[in-house]
Amino acid sequence: MKIVVCVKYVPDATGDRKFADDLTVDRDDVDGLLSELDEYAVEQALRIAEEADETEVTALTVGPEDAKDALRKALSMGADKAIHVEDDGLHGTDVIGTSLVLAKAIAKAGYDLVISGMASTDGAMGVVPALLAERLGVPQATLLSEVGVEGGLVTGRRDGDAASERLEARLPAVVSVTDQSGEARYPSFKGIMAAKKKPVETWDLSDLDIEAGSVGLEHAWTAVDSAADRPARTAGTVVTDEGEGGRQLAAFLAGQKFI
Amino acid sequence: MLTTGLNEDQLAIVETTLDFAQEHLAPQADAWDQQKHFPVDVLRKAAELGLGGVYVGEDWGGSGLTRSDGVLVFEALAVGCPTIAGYLSIHNMVAWMIDRFGDDIQRARWLPGLCSTDTLGSYCLTEPGAGSDAAALRTRAERDGDHYVLTGVKQFISGAGVSDVYIVMARTGDDGARGISAFVVQSDDAGLSFGPNEKKMGWNAQPTRQVILDGVRVPADRRLGAEGDGFRIAMKGLNGGRLGIAACSLGGAQSALDRSRAYLTDREAFGAPLIESSALQFRLADMATELAAARALVRQAAAALDREDPQAPHLCAMAKRFATDTGFSVADDALQLHGGYGYLSEYGIEKIVRDLRVHQILEGSNEIMRLIVARGLIGAGR
Ligand SMILES: Cc1cc2nc3c(=O)[nH]c(=O)nc-3n(C[C@H](O)[C@H](O)[C@H](O)COP(=O)(O)OP(=O)(O)OC[C@H]3O[C@@H](n4cnc5c(N)ncnc54)[C@H](O)[C@@H]3O)c2cc1C
Repeated sequence: MKIVVCVKYVPDATGDRKFADDLTVDRDDVDGLLSELDEYAVEQALRIAEEADETEVTALTVGPEDAKDALRKALSMGADKAIHVEDDGLHGTDVIGTSLVLAKAIAKAGYDLVISGMASTDGAMGVVPALLAERLGVPQATLLSEVGVEGGLVTGRRDGDAASERLEARLPAVVSVTDQSGEARYPSFKGIMAAKKKPVETWDLSDLDIEAGSVGLEHAWTAVDSAADRPARTAGTVVTDEGEGGRQLAAFLAGQKFI
Repeated sequence: MLTTGLNEDQLAIVETTLDFAQEHLAPQADAWDQQKHFPVDVLRKAAELGLGGVYVGEDWGGSGLTRSDGVLVFEALAVGCPTIAGYLSIHNMVAWMIDRFGDDIQRARWLPGLCSTDTLGSYCLTEPGAGSDAAALRTRAERDGDHYVLTGVKQFISGAGVSDVYIVMARTGDDGARGISAFVVQSDDAGLSFGPNEKKMGWNAQPTRQVILDGVRVPADRRLGAEGDGFRIAMKGLNGGRLGIAACSLGGAQSALDRSRAYLTDREAFGAPLIESSALQFRLADMATELAAARALVRQAAAALDREDPQAPHLCAMAKRFATDTGFSVADDALQLHGGYGYLSEYGIEKIVRDLRVHQILEGSNEIMRLIVARGLIGAGR
């Protein structure tokens, strides 16, 4: 079985994140890493691979040069190989374009199952898995908090506010997993040392027969008009308890419509 | 900086270990200290990274790292908790000794469990009457056919009572270093018992107990290496062990330094944040400089051990002496910079000071380190 895990390289949320002049996310001045939500996808891919015979896990990313770090992390966790789609023409691509590139790359790599995280920790659109399933023409089972493969079927549980659904789809299929699907493993030292010996292929847009005119900032379906920094945090309200502290706290919370 | 001058693999190793220490050690370190809790479950988790057999070959379930990598790992771990990092350093000394001096049957028997930390290891050299002068130890191992019978008391044994595998140095021959052999004693061996958990200044998140051997009968295949080789094996183990302890001092001190910088930035006095005082800035600069010097020496000694340089034991002794003294004084400075709050347990600084204090004493006191360095200088004959 061939599993492709889609992983995104995102700016470190603990760093100082900024927008560049063209209002895309500034990736040059901030450290990046494998999106935490995609670690869950890698974990599930590895768990499925450990259960099944002869399963190959490929980590796939679309992103700039530095995105290799995200692939390396996936490889050190245990993925078998990696594909990096990198092209100057990709700068500023939106989810529509990204899903096109991913779908072409997945088709070229060959797959039985595609696994992704529930959303990226930077863009947070959460629609790429559905777009991928549409483009690939295969079933989708998204937002799973439990996932398994048996007898040519992928099965899983999607937890809603009021009920849990059990989903099942015939392979090939696309699934996305939540942060409830199971704690992601740490890379082992052995895995870290082995990662650099694993194959990483680099493809550009021409390798995927994608015309430059269909992706990139210019061709995004949405445009960002302006972006502003979040206002600096202001000092909170201090409630001094002089016998009425409880009441004052409740009044504050009610005033903010928290209770 | 912990990450200065590292290659790509080493950076990934440090980042992973730091992540682990931040997530699984740091948040609980103070509570473990106060409750004297030895978190065996966290040690099991640490094995998933490969921390159970850092220097053990991959064939036996180890990570196969060098000493140069290992000092990075233990420094990063100690940023989260020097006591747990210190225990893991000892556990890894035990695993390395079995890998290095055991035969394949012994490796197959003990290493997989040690690497997964399903079994934990302890190192038993010190006795009530023989600490610095370890070659004067009196625990006896009498040969009896295919067996040895061990009798004696080991003092201050880290992990004792919880560990499963004990490397015990015992006398099989005459007085002196050449009369000593090394044995693997298991927790379920009849005649083995333990003293109460010692009440101590620091290192509270791991037990320290006497190991009492009352006619413990073990088959001869429990002996590591040849008869009479035990003291040499014990000292070889300590060369690496001392680097581990030195690295633990670096990590603990780095954490204390980082917290001091943050604290001085927040704390105001005389109308300005304390960090604006140049006297205090200079103090921080000295702490950082001394720590960087200690780190450089630890890394130099680790590289010497990796290339089996004949000077390695002396460099390891220098590194242990310098890094543990520096680590303690940096932590003590950090306490001073925190004012009265440094003295409160809540801030975690006094715990680092207490933990790092014992690094100047164990695995050869810093006086003994000077003795080793001096012997290297003026010749062993004197
Ligand atoms: C928390 C803790 C954990 C420990 N864990 C272990 C363990 O896991 N396994 C183990 O085997 N041991 C362990 N030890 C024991 C430790 O290694 C010894 O305490 C240490 O080697 C010193 O021995 P001693 O306590 O008998 O002191 P002594 O040897 O009695 O020394 C007393 C003082 O005299 C100094 N001194 C001694 N000889 C000389 C000399 N020739 N020149 C100058 N000064 C000298 C010493 O440096 C020291 O300051 C542990 C100790 C502690 C406190």
